[in-house]
Amino acid sequence: MREFNYARADSTRQAVSTHGRNDQAAYLAGGTTLLDLVKIDIMRPEQVVDINRLDLGGIETLDDGRVRIGALVTNTALARDERIQRDYAVLSEALLSGATTQLRNKATTAGNVMQRVRCPYFRDGVSSCNKREPGSGCAAIEGHNRSVHAVLGTSEHCIATHPSDMCVAMAAIGATITVEGPDGRREIDFLDFHLLPNDTPEREHNLKPGELITHVTLAAPLENSRSGYLKLRDRASYQFALASSAVIVTLDGDTIVEARVALGGVGTKPWRAFDAEKALKGQQISEATFKRAAEIALQGATPYAHNAFKIPLGQQAIVRNLTTLTA
Amino acid sequence: MSDHHKGDGSGVETFDARSPSRRRFLKTMGASSLAAATAPAWAQIAQAGQQQTEPVEPRDDGAPAEGEQQIRLTVNGVEHTLNVTPNAVLLDVLRDRLMLTGTKKGCDQGQCGACTLLVNDTAINSCLSLAVSHDGDRVTTIEGLSSGDELHPVQAAFWEHDAYQCGYCTSGQIMSAVAILNDDNIGSDDASVREAMSGNICRCGAYKNILAAVQDARGRMRGAS
Repeated sequence: MREFNYARADSTRQAVSTHGRNDQAAYLAGGTTLLDLVKIDIMRPEQVVDINRLDLGGIETLDDGRVRIGALVTNTALARDERIQRDYAVLSEALLSGATTQLRNKATTAGNVMQRVRCPYFRDGVSSCNKREPGSGCAAIEGHNRSVHAVLGTSEHCIATHPSDMCVAMAAIGATITVEGPDGRREIDFLDFHLLPNDTPEREHNLKPGELITHVTLAAPLENSRSGYLKLRDRASYQFALASSAVIVTLDGDTIVEARVALGGVGTKPWRAFDAEKALKGQQISEATFKRAAEIALQGATPYAHNAFKIPLGQQAIVRNLTTLTA
Repeated sequence: MSDHHKGDGSGVETFDARSPSRRRFLKTMGASSLAAATAPAWAQIAQAGQQQTEPVEPRDDGAPAEGEQQIRLTVNGVEHTLNVTPNAVLLDVLRDRLMLTGTKKGCDQGQCGACTLLVNDTAINSCLSLAVSHDGDRVTTIEGLSSGDELHPVQAAFWEHDAYQCGYCTSGQIMSAVAILNDDNIGSDDASVREAMSGNICRCGAYKNILAAVQDARGRMRGAS
């Protein structure tokens, strides 16, 4: 692994100021993305700022019912938190469907938000990749684009899916990301955090240089809601989603009072399907309703040579999830 | 927990921790005979491996050189003061500096689980861990499981169930199993164990026996507590 300078931060302010002294700095939390990518020479930080000793490991319920998660809460700890299991089942299920026991024990909430794409052309270090080397092109568009390539939110410059399961659940729940940077603290709506590739796939998120995620705050849970995460993949465990859905519904008898739907594995960012939600709200639960909503969710999808199957698969992920939740 | 017989009815004693084992045999043979020109390479490797089962002495590197950082690691109960470069990986420090080579380097990318060990009782991939980040932590490796000649129940169960072929993934499998069996949040049914162990890849495909070993060890650990 290449050499870098290392600093262990004792406070958020110190972390930000150390990061600010080098424009090739990177924050280190669990390390499951950063060290992986440094080892294969895709990320090349000159300065690593270790934030693991910061006091950001707590989960607290705020007075307004929202739940504030510290950046360093591990994926395992978050998935097992009683409040999360009780009020946000979709998030616990999404977390537990991702990676492996060991990786979830290391991986953190903020790190999961910041994880990089799994496109093999991004990771191989030699192929054309606009994320890795802006302007070099996108080898995936004409190449092998079956499993970790999107049908929603793609551009002619990048078609890699966002790999996170956790973020799909958070997109459905609604959340705010709190960051601290050289200019102080600010909050970013979760749905505005990840960027579509458009003409600048190298820009993956809305952070300004040096900004550090300190918390992710979940919207208060929908009362009397039920929720679930359904992940469809090539094998039953330890695999990224081909298509996944995070669904939250509240029912009054057989009527859908409220519905929230987000998709993973098919979009270049965690994909909230607002139009599908509108098609569900106020409707009676029925297969026809679910199918119509699913079709709406995938409207405008662009298939590539090997991933056209993701359009019906993404629809099925929504229909089946809704069917199970409303049974 | 000192006798280890295969339950195959053959009556053949395959392992007894108190009797001369293959390892002890290799050790007592002495280096000179093994180092003879005719000795096969595997024998020399086995000899080298044997030395690592000796107790690890506390190590103190003294003052760090420029570009190094001093860390304290308690590994299998022994506290070491080590000087490491920022990019030194925990797995490599354990293997190359402390000569604890039981923890294996497989993919070196967090994908195979061969490097799994416990940090403060939690299973992690040591290949994706900077040593310097673990200053003050308590590390348990495969070498720290047995007490003297007495195997840990999970080790004994792996032995009896033939839960390996080549053995390269085995220490990682065992460390994951130990963590899982000590974790009340993970279900005890086969499906839960398979899911929880999915981060440990076995190229030989010994999964069936690994699962049997883990479930057998569950009973032994309950019995012990």
